[in-house]
Amino acid sequence: MIGIDWYLALSAILFVIGIVGVLIRRNAIVVFMCVELMLNAVNLALLSFSAYHGDIGGMILVFFSLAVAAAEAVVGLAIIIAIFRNHLSVDILKVNLLRW
Amino acid sequence: MNYLHDIQAFLPGVIIAFTGLITILLESLKRDVRTMYGVSAAGVLAALIAAILSSTSEGGTAFTDAIVYGGWSSFGQVIILIGTLFSILLSADYLKSKSLHFGEVYAMILFASLGMLVLAASNHLITLFLGIETMSVALYVLAGLMHYRKTGAEAALKYFLLGAFATGFLLFGIALIYGSTGEMTLTSVAAAASPTPLFLAGSGLLLTGIFFKIGAVPFHMWTPDVYEGTPTTLTGFMATSAKTASFVAFALILVRMVPETSYESWQSVIQVIAILTMIVGNVIALVQENVKRMLAYSSIAHAGYLLVGMASGGYSAVLFYLFAYTIMNLGAFGVIAYFERTKNFDFTSIESYAGLGSRAPLMGVLLSVFLFSLIGIPPFAGFMGKYYVFASAVQAGMIPLAVIGVLASAASVYYYLRVMVYLYFKPEHKPVHLEKASVLFTATLILLAASTLYFGIEPLVSVTDLFGFVTGISP
Amino acid sequence: MEIYAFISFAVLAIATALGMVLNKNTVNSALMLVLNMVSIAGLYLLLQAQFLALIQIVVYAGAIMVLFLFVIMLLNVDDDEHLFDRFRVKYLIVTLLAVVVFAQILYGIAGVTDLLPELSSDMTTVGTVEAVAEVLYTDYLFAFQITAILLTAAVVGALMIAQFKADPETGEQES
Repeated sequence: MIGIDWYLALSAILFVIGIVGVLIRRNAIVVFMCVELMLNAVNLALLSFSAYHGDIGGMILVFFSLAVAAAEAVVGLAIIIAIFRNHLSVDILKVNLLRW
Repeated sequence: MNYLHDIQAFLPGVIIAFTGLITILLESLKRDVRTMYGVSAAGVLAALIAAILSSTSEGGTAFTDAIVYGGWSSFGQVIILIGTLFSILLSADYLKSKSLHFGEVYAMILFASLGMLVLAASNHLITLFLGIETMSVALYVLAGLMHYRKTGAEAALKYFLLGAFATGFLLFGIALIYGSTGEMTLTSVAAAASPTPLFLAGSGLLLTGIFFKIGAVPFHMWTPDVYEGTPTTLTGFMATSAKTASFVAFALILVRMVPETSYESWQSVIQVIAILTMIVGNVIALVQENVKRMLAYSSIAHAGYLLVGMASGGYSAVLFYLFAYTIMNLGAFGVIAYFERTKNFDFTSIESYAGLGSRAPLMGVLLSVFLFSLIGIPPFAGFMGKYYVFASAVQAGMIPLAVIGVLASAASVYYYLRVMVYLYFKPEHKPVHLEKASVLFTATLILLAASTLYFGIEPLVSVTDLFGFVTGISP
Repeated sequence: MEIYAFISFAVLAIATALGMVLNKNTVNSALMLVLNMVSIAGLYLLLQAQFLALIQIVVYAGAIMVLFLFVIMLLNVDDDEHLFDRFRVKYLIVTLLAVVVFAQILYGIAGVTDLLPELSSDMTTVGTVEAVAEVLYTDYLFAFQITAILLTAAVVGALMIAQFKADPETGEQES
């Protein structure tokens, strides 16, 4: 039998890999994919809590978080297309005009 | 389950949702934007009346504990809807001059407003999450409305990437809180919670997500860029209604979810963030040359004052402040939107406002009223708001917090007055041809200015009287 | 048996996550993420959540990631020349933040083993489609409706941004 701490530790590792990816990568699409990885890690944590509590609430939240991820993906990719049309690049450093 | 009762409990939101859907349908049937403008304004007005009626009601929970209604949750909805209504009223002329006057814009404003209403009524962590996401997704789109301009597309990208990143933290916080208690309804969480490491870690991550949404330091990085790139009247919407929604949800969490055993640690975290936010917001605002960025940093500073109220538990004071802030800030953005309608002239820097006080006397006076109120000079509503917030800090024994707040707002006099100095005491660079403001637009601004003055002179006897019904939904 | 399955899925998940972050080619990154999601779906099965394992593959690995790949192909993004930029101070902050968050989470989960010793026996019934459907349309009806509006808003909004209406004022226009 695997303890819940293993699932949670895995979820924490994936979450932190996602954070690091968001902060160091320059390609907007990859940054967004790292955010998706973070959401996935959270879903794993939620589901393992749900499974160990034997409560359906966490599972329902995972369901909604999937729907939200889909909505975000649609809007986010539309924004990335708009950025690409303006700058012909998805590099967030080249894009950065506004500061302070 | 009694569905009629549930629908009635969330009537403002239901009206807004239907109006939004009708607006989209109208857009596909008939391409007259004026109709959609009228329909959405009427819908928001109806929702506002429903919310006002609901705010005096007994209060309770609906949809199997998913939401609360009545009391200050409904008053929060009233403030949000006032913000939405005035944003819509001010938007038409401005958006038309920027060739952005599509019916979908109103639909997106309405959907964002629905998310805010959900957020301000959330009694369940799932409701909280979905409210934040509905609001954010609609606001990402509004931020990217001027996507054919580099600043517009960039504002949307920055807002979106950072917002999605913050969502990850918020969701992980919810997950850990759920894990430690096995519950997701706010009151059940409070009942089941013990200050275990798991619960504390979850609280920390949840707070991070909320601080991002209200733009508190050090999670404020997105604010200036997003405010600059968004169409001005919609920036006003973002700065007022979205902030109100997040603060009301924050208050609901503090009152209903945080168990007494860990309340103090939450309080001390909020205090530290409040001090940082007030100082950083005001100091960076001092050096801004761009009016919208100046207002962005000033809105960060205002979030700091509001956090002072949150830390000291003065929720009624926070609500009054949010109300005052909504009317005065929307007014300020409205006047700036009026100036920005001018063709062939760039109104981004403060210097471009030189000498306009005599060219457009009415708008100059209105802008001065709103700026005086933002500074917190009596007899305007902003003064009463600040007074109540700092008074509640003093009452709670947080004297240093109140002192820092007063000092920080004294510093803010400089950057607000600077705009007025340019308006009235600097010579005009070159003559610009200002557009004529429509009657509705001017009337809206005058109404906002009048209520800024009215609620400053007549602050409804005392806050406790105004929010006597606030106790209606305490846990 | 279960332990071997867990270990292989976990190793696959971590390896693909690292592979995604450290890959210069965007398409490869996306494919790595697909694999990552499939391995997480495997973990869901181990947790006896059949319905979500299915949804994870259909919605995430299927729909969302195909959208990603589609956009990557559409924009025809070049490989990144440098994986990271040269700004060194940033890495310090990144490391610090990652360590803080990781420590915070580990600190959180340290005490949880005693609290929740083993997989709840209810899971055989809780994870099924029937169980999810039953609460979704009753207890969580409100959230369900709001999600409907959220998805509508997202689709309309995406069209608004991605559709390129020209700006007649300045003539800034493309394609």
